[in-house]
Amino acid sequence: MLSENDNTLFENVWLEHEVRPESKTNPAIIYIDLHLIHEVTTPQAFSLLRENNLSVRKPNLTIGTMDHSTPTLPINSFKDIEIAGKDAANQVRTMMQNCHDFGIELFDFDSKNRGIVHVIGPELGLTQPGKTIVCGDSHTSTHGAFGALAFGIGTTEVGHVLATQCLLQRKPKTLLIEVNGKLQKGVTAKDLILAIIGKIGVAGGTGYVLEYTGEAIRAMDMEARMTICNMSIEAGAKSGMIAPDDITYDYLYDCPRSPKGKDWETALMRWKSLPSSSNASYDKKISIDANKLTPMITFGTNPGMVVGVNDPIPENSSDSSFNKAIKYMQVSPGKPLNEDPVDVVFIGSCTNSRLNDLKAAALILKDKKIANDVTMLIVPGSQKIKYEAEALGLHEIFLAAGAEWRESGCSMCLGMNGDTVESGKLSISTSNRNFEGRQGKGARTILASPLTAAASAIEGKIADPRKYIE
Amino acid sequence: MKPITSIKSKTVSLQTADIDTDQIIPARFLTTTSREGLGDKLFHDWRYNENGEENPNFLLNNKENKQCEILLAGDNFGCGSSREHAPWALIDYGFKAVISSKIADIFKSNALKNGLLPIVVNKLILEELMNKSGETLLIDIEMSKIITPSNIEIKYEIDEFSKYCIIEGINQLGYIQRHNKVIEKFEEKRIWTP
Repeated sequence: MLSENDNTLFENVWLEHEVRPESKTNPAIIYIDLHLIHEVTTPQAFSLLRENNLSVRKPNLTIGTMDHSTPTLPINSFKDIEIAGKDAANQVRTMMQNCHDFGIELFDFDSKNRGIVHVIGPELGLTQPGKTIVCGDSHTSTHGAFGALAFGIGTTEVGHVLATQCLLQRKPKTLLIEVNGKLQKGVTAKDLILAIIGKIGVAGGTGYVLEYTGEAIRAMDMEARMTICNMSIEAGAKSGMIAPDDITYDYLYDCPRSPKGKDWETALMRWKSLPSSSNASYDKKISIDANKLTPMITFGTNPGMVVGVNDPIPENSSDSSFNKAIKYMQVSPGKPLNEDPVDVVFIGSCTNSRLNDLKAAALILKDKKIANDVTMLIVPGSQKIKYEAEALGLHEIFLAAGAEWRESGCSMCLGMNGDTVESGKLSISTSNRNFEGRQGKGARTILASPLTAAASAIEGKIADPRKYIE
Repeated sequence: MKPITSIKSKTVSLQTADIDTDQIIPARFLTTTSREGLGDKLFHDWRYNENGEENPNFLLNNKENKQCEILLAGDNFGCGSSREHAPWALIDYGFKAVISSKIADIFKSNALKNGLLPIVVNKLILEELMNKSGETLLIDIEMSKIITPSNIEIKYEIDEFSKYCIIEGINQLGYIQRHNKVIEKFEEKRIWTP
């Protein structure tokens, strides 16, 4: 169905949520349809509510989970939560208390719905086209894969949404990224988004909402689209969006909290009116040829420092920030990284911890062993994914290969829960940030797809996964 | 938030580009449930050696830089996570303004809500200011300009509403709450189901 206006997808969603439009002197007041909360960025917001005797305006539009500072080893008692320290355990307790006191549904440790906040929203069908979705977490951009306007906010804004269900916002600009052609075998959504960030840079999207379109995007399943939108923030963007289509609707149809019966029909009608008009205009447009892409890896200390898995690291000695990154990573410009020994392999995070990511890793690891000196951690994005993977026997493949199979959580993506990489060790990770110390003080991180990470685990050095794929 | 109309202080610069919020405050310090006392953790892994002693090569550890309230930072300051702990740590340490050629969106928004002034100037001006790091700048928030010791005035752009909130010390939550009637009206015709 064609839109009856010349709006972009972003504008359609924005306009539907303007409680009050912006003016020269005042920002817009935007209504929020879904507020996801977790234990790390909310305690101070709830304190603000308590100090001012305020309640949560719409508890039923707010959903809580615990993912960042929670252990990924099995939890039998509260003592197991203290594994990451008393402060982490206190934060978890505070979250439970806050959700209880303010009437917010929380996916607790015994809930089969618990998981990484950006994994469970879509999985439950809470993430829907056209919604405005926020969370005190920058990777909220993930939910844009469904055609939602989703973005990360700070703790003060978490308080604003809890108290008023609204946010003050300036309208961002729009950048269209058209991905033409097809991704080749062994090249994934992760490789594509790394290539895009490499092209536009880690500040290339600052001030913009990105919309991804084109043949390669349309061909992707929802999980791959989520990987793309997830890392929009790594290009500095406010949000990343993909117009909903039949793939989106098929994904949502059976989800526990998606609209049912007559509500589904009504929702579908509205969702179909959301995509950008063919006459829509954007502040900026770029295009990328998917046919030419190879598996990508990062070599530096931000996600824009990327090369093809077999390509030499570029030389750029006049740039002091570049030199600082090279020194930290202990890598050599002009040389490829494929001989560097890998110490740790992490498959997980809100970027790449969904069932298809685990299937991809299993495809490579089946009947193989990881290299002797490699520690490999595989952390599903949610408890649901964990059960699904186990039903398929994927965990047996991982365990037989010598990897560790854990409970869900953010885990080694940011090392808040005790899952960390030791100083100086080289980690190849399917997560989203290779910042200095991100996975542990002094840890050196290389970002890659689940395929590349799994192939590297087997070889004990950075490896091109394509030779493992028929 | 306290009203603030001007800042006068010496500058200190961190020239590195893309200083992310994990550098400003590493994730392992986010297990707090308070917003106080994070200044000790500011730039932790750059500021302290393995043994916990101050790294003498890190600029903020120079005695003459310890009282600086204006941070000059390389391009794209504050990229990465949405943690408001980043501006909380900068403020708790004593910073009142960050000047860079680009400041990441979420960091900028968080900074403004806490009275930390994020100022964006062009790359050439930033370079000039960094070359004269340690000089005393006057930031006239009302007039949106930086005044150098040699009386050169540098105008900068800032969102009018955010500026107004900083000058008047206005809490943005109160502003939204004053629109309660409009919000209620919006909710009446809102179509989305929970």
